[in-house]
Amino acid sequence: MKILVPVKRVIDYNVKVRVKSDGSGVDLANVKMSMNPFDEVAIEEAVRLKEAGIASEVVAVSAGVAACQETLRTAMALGADRSILIVTDEELQPLAVAKLLKAVCDKEAPQMVIPGKQAIDDDANQTGQMLAALLGWPQATFASKVVVNADKTGAAVTREIDGGLETIEISLPAVVTTDLRLNEPRYATLPNIMKAKKKPLETTTPEALGVDVKPRLKTLKVAEPAKRAGGVKVADVAALVDKLKNEAKVI
Amino acid sequence: MTILVIAEHDNAVLKPATRNAIAAAARIGGDIDVLVAGAACAAVAEAAARIAGVTRVRLADAAQYADHGAENLAALVVANAAAYSHILAPATAAGKNFLPRVAALLDVAQISDIVEVVSPDTFVRPIYAGNALATVQSADAVKVITVRGTAFEPAGEGAAAPIEALAGAADAGISRLVGRELTVSARPELTAARVIVSGGRALGSNENFHAVLEPLADKLGAAVGASRAAVDAGYAPNDYQVGQTGKIVAPELYIAVGISGAIQHLAGMKESKVIVAINKDPEAPIFQVADYGLVADLFDAVPALLAAID
Ligand SMILES: Cc1cc2nc3c(=O)[nH]c(=O)nc-3n(C[C@H](O)[C@H](O)[C@H](O)COP(=O)(O)OP(=O)(O)OC[C@H]3O[C@@H](n4cnc5c(N)ncnc54)[C@H](O)[C@@H]3O)c2cc1C
Repeated sequence: MKILVPVKRVIDYNVKVRVKSDGSGVDLANVKMSMNPFDEVAIEEAVRLKEAGIASEVVAVSAGVAACQETLRTAMALGADRSILIVTDEELQPLAVAKLLKAVCDKEAPQMVIPGKQAIDDDANQTGQMLAALLGWPQATFASKVVVNADKTGAAVTREIDGGLETIEISLPAVVTTDLRLNEPRYATLPNIMKAKKKPLETTTPEALGVDVKPRLKTLKVAEPAKRAGGVKVADVAALVDKLKNEAKVI
Repeated sequence: MTILVIAEHDNAVLKPATRNAIAAAARIGGDIDVLVAGAACAAVAEAAARIAGVTRVRLADAAQYADHGAENLAALVVANAAAYSHILAPATAAGKNFLPRVAALLDVAQISDIVEVVSPDTFVRPIYAGNALATVQSADAVKVITVRGTAFEPAGEGAAAPIEALAGAADAGISRLVGRELTVSARPELTAARVIVSGGRALGSNENFHAVLEPLADKLGAAVGASRAAVDAGYAPNDYQVGQTGKIVAPELYIAVGISGAIQHLAGMKESKVIVAINKDPEAPIFQVADYGLVADLFDAVPALLAAID
C-alpha cells in the first residue's frame, strides 16, 4: 500500500509574525521557514506504517515555489522514499492544492493520503477534506489514532471532536488528516539528511498536471489585530479578588 | 438572496454555535434557511425554527444522517445548493469537517472562520494564529463559509418558522461510526461559558489538574480549559484544549493557571473580556495579555483564591 503525504512550507511556528505596513500581507523576507507541524506528524505516521510493514512506499508531495524542495528533502530525511514538487510562483489556495493533489493521486494511485489538518499560515483547515471530495473518497479528519485493517481494505480512525473522541471505520483508499496527538515526530538524523539528498525528487507544474490554480479569493488587505492594552500585576490574592469584584465586576 | 445555515446538533439538542452562524447570516442579509440533517431529530428542527431571523427550516430526517458523517452530509448539502447564495456552518470540529467537502464539490473556495461580514462577498478572517486579519473577497457564485462563534452574538428567539421535510440522498456507505467517547461534565460548555479556569503544564499531573482547578471552577460556575501541553501530557482530555488548534473562546473571565502564553494558546483566548494570569515566572508572555497578573506559585495561589471568593 502506497501512502502519499502532502507537505507545506510555512513560516516556522516559533517566528513572531509581522504584518507589512502597506497591508499587503505578512513579512516573509528573511524569515525562518519550516515544514508545517501537522505535516511532520503526517510524515511520521506514514513512516511508522511503513516500518510496521503495512505501507510499502511513502511519497511526499509539495506545491509552491522552488524552495519547497527543502521541505521535501526534510520529508525524505524523516523517512519518505521519494517526492514530487509541483512548482509554481502563483499564490495557491486550498481548492487549487486539492486539485493538484488529485491529479497526482490519479497518477500515483495511493491507498491513503495523509495531509495535516491545517497549515499554520492560512489556518484554513480545508485541503484534505477537499481532496477527499474531489476523489470521491471517505475522509477521517483530525486523527489521533489510525489502525489499518489486516486486509488493508479499510481503517479505523479515532478523531478529535468537540465533545471528546470518535472512532470511525472508513474504506480505503481514503484521506486521513492529522491532529497533533497522533504521534510525536522524530528528528532527522545527520546520516538520514545525507541519504535524503540522493532520494528521487521529481518536478512537475500545474500546467503539466492540467490544473487551473488561479486564486478564487482576493485578499484586499491584511491588518494587525487590535492589541490588548497591557494590564497590571497585582500584589497578592486579596488584591486580585478586589480587582475582579470592584473594578472588572466579573465575580 | 437566500442563505443556507447548516445546524449543528446531536439529534436531540441544537448546539449553540448554530445561533452564532445564524447571526452571521443575518449580517450578510437575505432569507435564512436552516438545514437540520439527522435521524429522529424533529425536536432540533423545532428549536431551529424558533430562532430569530430564520425563514424556513429544512429537515432531512434519515438514518444515514444520524452520525453526521461528512460524506453523506456534504452530498445532501450539494444536492440542495442551487437555491443559495451563501452556505454557512459553525467553525466547530463538525463544521470544519464537512463544509470544505461541500465547497470542493461545488468547485468554490471556502472562507474559513470568518470574524466579520464586510459585505455579502467580503469577509474578515484571522490567519497566522490570529496574528493577522485578512480581508478577503470571493468571486465565486456561492460563498461557502465557516463562522467563528465568538465573533457573532448568538441569535435569540423569534416567531416560529415553517419546517419542511427534505428528501435524503443515497447513503454513500464508505464511512461508519464505531463509537464516541464524550467527556461528561456538569460544567458549562467551554465555548459558551461565562467564566473559564484553564490549566497548563505546571499542574504537573492529572490528579493535580483536577484537584486544584475544579473546586475553583465549581465555585465560579466555570468551564475548565487546558493548554496543549496539559492535554498532551494527559492531564486533561483533548476537548479541553484552547488555542489555534483547539477551541476558540471569549468568556467574560479567563483565568490562566500555570500557562506560559505561547502564541498558539493566545490565539484561542485573547478575545476574552478579562484575562487573569497566575504564573510564577514574572517574564511569562501570558502577562502581556493579562488584565490582572499574579506572580505566584499556583499551588498556593489557587487555594487562596478559592478561599477568598465567597
Ligand atoms: C502547530 C502547533 C499548534 C499548537 N496549538 C496549540 C493550542 O491550540 N493550544 C495551546 O495551548 N498550545 C498549542 N501549541 C503549543 C504551544 O506552542 C505551547 O507549547 C503550549 O501552549 C505550552 O503550554 P503551557 O503554557 O501549559 O506549558 P509551558 O509553556 O511549559 O508553560 C508552563 C508555565 O507554567 C509556569 N509554572 C510552572 N510551575 C508553576 C507553578 N508552580 N505555579 C505557577 N506557574 C508555574 C511556568 O513559569 C510556565 O510559564 C501548539 C504548538 C504547535 C507547534
